[in-house]
Amino acid sequence: MSWAAHLTILPVLIPALAGPLALLAMLRRRVLAVGIGLASLLSLLACALALLAEAGDGTIRSYALGSWPAPFGIVLVADRLAAMMLVLTAVLALIAFSHAVLTRADRKGWHFHPLFQFQLMGLNGAFLTGDLFNLFVFFEVLLIASYGLMLHGQGAGRLKAGVQYVVVNLVGSSLFLIALGILYALTGTLNMADMGLRVAAVPAADQGLLRIGGLLLVSVFALKAAVAPLHLWLMRTYAVSTPAVAALFAIMTKVGVYSLIRVVPQVFGEGAGAAAWVPAPFLLPAALASAVIGFAGVFVARSMAEQAAYAVIGSTGTLMIAVAGWSAESLGAALYYLVHSTLAAAALFLVADVAARRRGSFGDAASPGPAFAGRGTVALMFMAAAIAASGLPPLSGFIGKLLILKSVAVLPDWGWAWGVILCTTFLGVVGFARVGSAVFWKSADCEVPPAPATRHDLAAPAIALALLAAWSVGAGWASGYAGAAAAQVLDPAQSVRAVLKDAVS
Amino acid sequence: MTYEFMVASAIGVLVGAGIYLALRARTFQVVLGLTLISYAVNLFLFASGRLVVGRPPIWDAGVSEYTDPLPQALVLTAIVITFGMTAFVVILALRSFLETGSDHVDGDKVPCDRQDGLGDAPQGDGGQETRL
Repeated sequence: MSWAAHLTILPVLIPALAGPLALLAMLRRRVLAVGIGLASLLSLLACALALLAEAGDGTIRSYALGSWPAPFGIVLVADRLAAMMLVLTAVLALIAFSHAVLTRADRKGWHFHPLFQFQLMGLNGAFLTGDLFNLFVFFEVLLIASYGLMLHGQGAGRLKAGVQYVVVNLVGSSLFLIALGILYALTGTLNMADMGLRVAAVPAADQGLLRIGGLLLVSVFALKAAVAPLHLWLMRTYAVSTPAVAALFAIMTKVGVYSLIRVVPQVFGEGAGAAAWVPAPFLLPAALASAVIGFAGVFVARSMAEQAAYAVIGSTGTLMIAVAGWSAESLGAALYYLVHSTLAAAALFLVADVAARRRGSFGDAASPGPAFAGRGTVALMFMAAAIAASGLPPLSGFIGKLLILKSVAVLPDWGWAWGVILCTTFLGVVGFARVGSAVFWKSADCEVPPAPATRHDLAAPAIALALLAAWSVGAGWASGYAGAAAAQVLDPAQSVRAVLKDAVS
Repeated sequence: MTYEFMVASAIGVLVGAGIYLALRARTFQVVLGLTLISYAVNLFLFASGRLVVGRPPIWDAGVSEYTDPLPQALVLTAIVITFGMTAFVVILALRSFLETGSDHVDGDKVPCDRQDGLGDAPQGDGGQETRL
């Protein structure tokens, strides 16, 4: 095989090699470790862009690990959706990485760089794999790395939240395995494409079990995506994490949404017989509830990081409202909004950090503090991030929400979706305005903390905001690509042809 | 009593006990609960390839029926992962207890619980020491 044929596995391989190398270099030469991390991220971005270019014309690349043919061996599948998520991961990782290095947050513990690489390996693997058990393994890889990253910097608050985060995810992993066991027992395969073909043949007596398996699987994904009522772990975890890490975590909830989008049409889609669209009726109410809870949290949050964490829940809810429509239009709108909401959440976390670093002992609390140096610039950045996160024009949140509203208008429950999206947008605007005016407008009568020596820490949030602006300017192309990716996902026959090319004649 | 019934009830008892312990307030009990659940999950995965007695998992010329080898590989993976995670969560719980002075999952500072049968409400520092 030529080098180009191995492109699909590189997003997993590069961080897997860079992680141990960074670990070795960390002990003596931090600069070398940073260099290894940066080189890995840049090559990941190059790979992801190459895969995006390849997937752009609709081809689905299937890579059989160890050349074991599809239903028996593990396959990696790179289609439009996977390539898009890979590019998003690489871009977000670059932003989080540069913020961590520029603010020296990576020096607060020993293993930031290796853990960062392993986190990326898990994320990329989860986006690429075409095998359900392999998806579980990559989930574990990214979770284990995330435990380490979340605790990076130590402190009582992080340990407290860490215990809860780890316990919740261990329970989630157990449920994932139970769901996999049920589905394997009924279909005899773990390959997603193959399972999609075999689900229809499950006898009527086992339909109840099949439904349980499907719903368990979906609830595990919903737990990862922090969809209500499974969202309670997220606020504390994200709010206490190191801000650069929290910015990277913005994509972790999207892994759950991605898995839902990947698995439900493929396995429980049109061709699933009696079990077709089993999880569909539960998704819309859960999505509506999490949108309301998220933006209500934005409205009452006590600190900027907490507000950003609630904004993650709210945006996931908005996203799931569109996903729950399961039509090509609504899924396309959801994918456009997914990229936007990831970048917007990262920008919010980073701006919160920038403000906290300048406010001395006031941190990022949503209360009047000192009139710190460079307040105007930070205020403008917060405003831009808030506009993006709440979905006001001119940034891409507005376009994303408009696309979602338009696409769900043809569905029977459109009234609920419209009402919730519009009301939560208003709640979000008021919430962000409240925090912004408290932090950037009012001043408490107190000593002004010294200005930071450098302004390097403004770079990463500025890049995130610039990317949001670019995502709005390129909305025509982007939504076109997202629509094509959604159509590809909703036509499982395409990936069946690509993955099982030998088995299906 | 059939073999299937034994395995099924073992899984059920383990999950039931695991859920009960995982819902307790203190980290040690929660960790024990998670361990029981993971045992049950491993048994369940093993059983998902159907229970077959006395058959080889690998091809053999003289054998016509096999047991499914894939669940065994899956169980092996799951055991390795849960073993590592259990070790991690034990260390994390210990570290959290030492740094915050509380072994409650919600992080509240309650040195002694009446529901655990560890005595009455805390009276003083000395009294707590003996009970702990």
